Amino acid sequence: MLEEDDDQILEELESVVILFAGDSGDGMQTVGELFTDTCAHSGFNMSTLPDYPAEIRAPAGTIAGVSGFQVHLGSAPVLSGGDAAEVLIAMNPAALNANLDRVVPGGMIVVNIGAFTDENIRMAEFESNPLDDEVLNERFEIVKVNLNELTKHALADMDLKMKDKMRCKNFFALGFMFWVYHQPLTDTLNFLEKKWGKKRPQLVEANAKALRGGHNYGETYEGARNRYQIAKTQVKPGVYRKISGNQAIAYGLVAASQACARPLTYPSYPITPATSILETLAALKHFNVKTIQAEDEIAAAGIALGASWAGDLAVTGTSGPGMCLKSEFLGLAVITELPMVICNVQRAGPSTGLPTKVEQADLLQAIYGRHGECPLPVVSCSTPGDGYYAAIEAVRIAIKYKTPVILLSDAYVANGSEPWRVPSVEDLPDLRVEEAEEPKDGEKYLPYKRDPETLARKLAFPGQKGNEHRIGGLEKNESGAISYSPDNHEEMVNLRAKKIQGIAKSYEPIKINGKAKGKVLVLGWGGTYGAITAAMNNLIAEGYPVASVHIHHLFPLPLDLKDILNSYDKVLIPELNSGQLNMMIRAEYLIDTISYPKVKGQPFTVTEITTKVLELLN
Amino acid sequence: MADTIEEKPKLTRQDFSASHPRWCPGCGDFSILNTMQRVFADMGFTKEEVAVVSGIGCSSRFPYYVESYGFHTIHGRAPTVATGVKVANPDLSVWVVTGDGDGLSIGGNHTIHALRRNIDVTILLFNNRIYGLTKGQYSPTSEVGTKAKSTPMGSVESPIDPLRLALSANATFVARTLDTDPKHMAKVFKAAGEHKGTSFVEIMQNCVIFNDKVFDPVTNRKTKLDTMLYLEEGQPLIFGKDSNKGIFMKDSMPKVVSIEENGFSEEDILVHNTSSSHKSLHYMLADMKYPDFPTPIGVLKCDESQTTYNDAVTAQVKEAQEAKGTGDLQALLRGPDSWEVKEGDLG
Repeated sequence: MLEEDDDQILEELESVVILFAGDSGDGMQTVGELFTDTCAHSGFNMSTLPDYPAEIRAPAGTIAGVSGFQVHLGSAPVLSGGDAAEVLIAMNPAALNANLDRVVPGGMIVVNIGAFTDENIRMAEFESNPLDDEVLNERFEIVKVNLNELTKHALADMDLKMKDKMRCKNFFALGFMFWVYHQPLTDTLNFLEKKWGKKRPQLVEANAKALRGGHNYGETYEGARNRYQIAKTQVKPGVYRKISGNQAIAYGLVAASQACARPLTYPSYPITPATSILETLAALKHFNVKTIQAEDEIAAAGIALGASWAGDLAVTGTSGPGMCLKSEFLGLAVITELPMVICNVQRAGPSTGLPTKVEQADLLQAIYGRHGECPLPVVSCSTPGDGYYAAIEAVRIAIKYKTPVILLSDAYVANGSEPWRVPSVEDLPDLRVEEAEEPKDGEKYLPYKRDPETLARKLAFPGQKGNEHRIGGLEKNESGAISYSPDNHEEMVNLRAKKIQGIAKSYEPIKINGKAKGKVLVLGWGGTYGAITAAMNNLIAEGYPVASVHIHHLFPLPLDLKDILNSYDKVLIPELNSGQLNMMIRAEYLIDTISYPKVKGQPFTVTEITTKVLELLN
Repeated sequence: MADTIEEKPKLTRQDFSASHPRWCPGCGDFSILNTMQRVFADMGFTKEEVAVVSGIGCSSRFPYYVESYGFHTIHGRAPTVATGVKVANPDLSVWVVTGDGDGLSIGGNHTIHALRRNIDVTILLFNNRIYGLTKGQYSPTSEVGTKAKSTPMGSVESPIDPLRLALSANATFVARTLDTDPKHMAKVFKAAGEHKGTSFVEIMQNCVIFNDKVFDPVTNRKTKLDTMLYLEEGQPLIFGKDSNKGIFMKDSMPKVVSIEENGFSEEDILVHNTSSSHKSLHYMLADMKYPDFPTPIGVLKCDESQTTYNDAVTAQVKEAQEAKGTGDLQALLRGPDSWEVKEGDLG
């Protein structure tokens, strides 16, 4: 990939994967985001993969404390955060050691030699200075830059403590990368002004100097490196922006609140990686959004259910351990047939597990993990931008069918971002439904009287004259009276189940990526969409008889899924768990599907999927 | 709905009566239910204006028996559901019915946080010092030594004091009443219902089956004037059959003294002040217990100066709308950093 070109002619690339890595205090997430923002503004396709430790500041210089931000830039639509990195920026020895095996052979590694002290090399668990290692130097294109010294020089005339000056070295590195990829500094300079312009103008100046210093350093760099630009291709016209998964879910909820004409109440308890949904919504109160930081996960679910009963659109968000705590309330929401949405941004468990890493292992919990016969719909989002549509779909089902709905996202989707074609509010579906009206003479409100088509009940919100009624956790009959009758209980259990099963009739048909028949079908769900689709697109383009299907409704399963699965010789189900959807599909359809589990806290790579499919074809 | 009070039909206790209660004969809950229904009528509520939310336990069957909106939720969580109800519809009068196990054990956390937030709901805690619905295990308010089915040798746990807990959580209204005195209950319920903010009322309630007469030493009709101290705002803390005993402060400690004896007159007796900014008076009253002291009955604390949670939440929405307008969804979706790709543009 790298051809020497002393004239610094811009070399065109179709795509590149760049990984910024440093101590968790080095500001790698910040510069990664800023690099992505600029590239997005320049019109590149991209997808990001932040990878940070659970500790806010793990011991400096250790492998445990390494924080990474990977960005995949490309001309064609970029569907995943990228497999191996072609460029690694390593701010210290630990960042180098933690990520060496993620860099492709021949890839470029920019190392901050200023941080390669004996002490740091030892803490990074290297036996000797890796920069002296011949094998390493042969295997990769090592670019040695003394960021510490260069940043110090760039800020020589600033009246700042040395410690504060050193904090700017991430911006020096960013400036250098902007030079390599031929990108403007404007966005980043604007960001600095916006962030600190009023409060700490000195920081704006210092970081801007470091940024420009890095860029200028590129111009004068003795190694006379290549510069690159990414080729451009036509994408669908429209207005685009960058969006992360949690942001998209928050926006989807606000949109759904308008579409169903109910104010949004979002009670939640802080938990990684779901917290930013709460934070995003807390800043949107002017959309008639009420956010409540509840005392615990249980309270968040309870406040939501109370708000739902009183007529608001009620949503709460959490991650796996929080789901366990909320599950008793889900039972109450199911038996009282009240709408609410519970977002579970999955992370690697059980327990605290790997709280900042991705996993899809809460699927069976979402579908089956409650007491009693307690079916409820489960939907998922497959990309960051899809979070918007998944949130609207979850609200649609909840409001129409009077049921709690679980929306499954994951840490990869939540933290990752992509360019997003901004939807028009004109295209918002009308989610309003008719609820109970004030009774006419002699009429009595029956809380569990059902619509014959959807089997959903009509709600009467407290405050409405004449429809006073009592609901609760005890089994009821149609009139809302407590009933201990064995036959009534069985009938109500069956009715609730039938209502949920009937939701599948309201889905859009499944889209097949590839031909309708073939040798191998890959069935996926959730955040594995990018890796699966990228792999399958390549294989389909090469003429292999393969296809892929990505389902958004996990329960009840789409009605057209069975026939699709039966149209291929083999069905492969890759999942970031030990085979949960695979088990469900086998149980539901008696099809001999093949599971491809991965539980490393990392997303699938395109190569992994491709290799597995090719294996099945042989 | 609040501005047409004159035109509202005046309801009676019976109008608030729903299905027939299924409590044990002789249970203190009957008297509490009757009183509450009467208070709803007296306060001029219509049926649709009232929402009763409960958890799990004998007392928590309450909503089923009140002809209003009612939600029988899950164990310990009624304050959370009530918070959601009040935040979504602040016009409702929201009442939480809970017990000593429901509100102080499994749901203790939610009780604390409802109180510190000052959500405008009334929490009625039926304290019978026993688990009745599960047939007689000791509760978090049972005295040390209580022999129950799960403590055949007597409880070794120190009990929690409901009022002390409420005060510690900065409750703005704290009161105690008893199931055998409907008049007193009615007065306290009405004051609690009218208070803006979370009202916390402990009701000493008799469980006739599993813990009969647990409060009898305090509440017995024959002796109660000597064993209880009826609190009246602005009045001296005087009690006794002959109204001749009072609470006197000596070395920062309360002391029971006889008036007109040893030189004590009524002027020496401590005067009750529900809104005293000196919280020590309220803590002192909460700590006074029979037999060392008469058990105080009535409103210990009532602070109307605090903003309610629901008002604060509503105000922030309004403030945000005044500052930014009522949310332009398309502008939100587009965001400040969007870019346009036109037909023929290379992206």
